[in-house]
Amino acid sequence: MPLVGIVDYGAGNLDSVARAVEYCGGKPLVTETPKDLRTATHIILPGVGSFAVGMKNLRMRGYEDELNEQVRVKKVPFLGICLGMQFLATLGTEPVDTPGLGWINGKVIRFITSSSDEKVPHMGWNSVEPVKASTLLNGIEAGKDFYFVHSYHFAANNPADILMTTPYCGGFASAVARENIFGVQFHPEKSQKAGFQILKNFLAF
Amino acid sequence: MPTMLYKNLTLVKGVGFDSWRRVGSIMQQVKVYNLREVDELVVLDITATQEERTPDFRLVDDFADECFMPLTVGGGITKIDDIRLLLQVGADKVAINSAAVAKPNLIAEGARLFGSQCIVVSIDFKKRTDGRYEVYTHSGTKPTGLDPVEFAREVEALGAGEILLTSIDRDGTFTGYDVELTRCVVDEVKIPVIASGGAGNYQHMIDVIQNGRASAVAAASIFHFTECTPNEAKKALEQSSIVVRHPNQEYR
Repeated sequence: MPLVGIVDYGAGNLDSVARAVEYCGGKPLVTETPKDLRTATHIILPGVGSFAVGMKNLRMRGYEDELNEQVRVKKVPFLGICLGMQFLATLGTEPVDTPGLGWINGKVIRFITSSSDEKVPHMGWNSVEPVKASTLLNGIEAGKDFYFVHSYHFAANNPADILMTTPYCGGFASAVARENIFGVQFHPEKSQKAGFQILKNFLAF
Repeated sequence: MPTMLYKNLTLVKGVGFDSWRRVGSIMQQVKVYNLREVDELVVLDITATQEERTPDFRLVDDFADECFMPLTVGGGITKIDDIRLLLQVGADKVAINSAAVAKPNLIAEGARLFGSQCIVVSIDFKKRTDGRYEVYTHSGTKPTGLDPVEFAREVEALGAGEILLTSIDRDGTFTGYDVELTRCVVDEVKIPVIASGGAGNYQHMIDVIQNGRASAVAAASIFHFTECTPNEAKKALEQSSIVVRHPNQEYR
């Protein structure tokens, strides 16, 4: 059974992620210290809140080095959810410029609405469009809906890193992927069956 | 999205925020809505504020365990710690009603600490005899003298991420949403407005979305007391060219 390290850096509720992992056949391990990640077969980095505060907490608690070791060196499969995906970027801008983990080139920027029907935060169910093949997308057809809550989005420098897009404010990257590193802007743990499918695919990676 | 009101552990529903009727067990209904894959769930403790109780965090924890969808929780929230604890036990958003009037700073502080996206301000209103609208708090028992449109603008400026706008007059009457006031509020704010109170059929939902320009609709009685279901409602909306999410995904 996959042992899934869920990084707890003080960013609120991890129960729903842990329960969803359990539901999908994994054993959740909510970390107390960075060392806990060493036994994990998979790592999930959840997150809500602002980029600057989250990154600061992640660094203060010593997770950055451990994550670099496990994910970049040892190639443990990694899934960033929402803010956890945004941390993959080189730079965050919420509310001030803050360096991210820098695993996937890009910048996290605020949505610019193109019509009065588009509200920020982008909140609610919206569809995804896969743009490249990946294990993560097994059984996920174009047009499936996932649950989103965010005001900033990942602007990837290299289009090859984009896994899925979502039509909002001109379209944005709703998932990114490179090797063993995945990030999803939506909340699989709140997206019912389609969300579970993503988590199952991740656990099978 | 279905709204569920509860007193103690009992799911209830009233008319005009009064004459509460028992509908069943709240926990059981949460499970049913989870199985039916509704888009979101709003759960409100209607007596917490009046009884000066804090939210029942353990109960919300139990709800969240059964709920793999967005969950909004309200009732009895008066301080930052209430919000923090509710989010910790698994609420995705909190709905603030009485405290939004009494302590507007709670909205600003909550939005700053946890993000606007999880701060829903629930505005309950009545139409006065002179034709003007007024905001009420404490489960519709306390008039505030505030105008709902101006109040909506204020809470948006403070950092609210969403407004749940409920007509007390229409609540439980099956006579349709207050399209007029919904439209006035929607035109004044940029954040999503969820229309609530009065749904008696699917056409009412279509009206308040198309004419009231609400971002979403909430309903309770129609789902508790009639054959109508959230999924059927969405089918009806879709036939009127309103974009909806397809549950179960076995649609193509």
